[in-house]
Amino acid sequence: MAKESSCAKPTGMVLGEASPQNGSTHPETNLTETEVMMIARVGEKAPDFQAPSYHQGDFTEVKLSDYFGKWILLCFYPGDFTFV
Amino acid sequence: MLSVSVDSVFVHKMWNDHELSKMVDGGIPFHMVSDAAGNVGKTYGVYNESLGIELRGRFIIDPDGIIQAMEVLTPPVGRRLAETIRQIKAFQLVRATQGKEATPAGWEPGQLTLTPGPGLVGRVWEVWQPSQER
Repeated sequence: MAKESSCAKPTGMVLGEASPQNGSTHPETNLTETEVMMIARVGEKAPDFQAPSYHQGDFTEVKLSDYFGKWILLCFYPGDFTFV
Repeated sequence: MLSVSVDSVFVHKMWNDHELSKMVDGGIPFHMVSDAAGNVGKTYGVYNESLGIELRGRFIIDPDGIIQAMEVLTPPVGRRLAETIRQIKAFQLVRATQGKEATPAGWEPGQLTLTPGPGLVGRVWEVWQPSQER
């Protein structure tokens, strides 16, 4: 069981060390890691988020709740240039 | 309309400029969101940890911010936009009638709606048959 202590995870944690799974809060949504795993439910409020976006030639930011008041279609897909 | 993937905004621009703009006049009109860390996808239950990608998740959110519908497909099968539009129109009708009307299976705009209540119990067959679903 070699422990790789020289490599850091992208989060800054050292590989092999336990992540702060419970109790830590997510930087953007202020939710705990456990809650972040899946909080979207049909019939419930859509979890808000803010993220970078590309829009008509500009790099900008988008916040879901800015669109509340209108009908929103939110579509995820596997990746750009992936055929389907 | 918002689209989300784990690609950077720079890749979104390249995809729009070099491919999508050849399918859609003027390019993509909506925001293409970059969710590099998968945080949005995790919140919506569509982020696949082992592949590092987001599944084909589609959410219809009403003006109150309530998720009215979701659909999640694995990568190889594409969505059918007409079905999404049909569902949005159906949810808009239900909302416009404040829930007094409901849409039967296969409902398309203009077709008969149902008005749930004591008088309709056991009598749906009189007004709707499976053959009406096209």
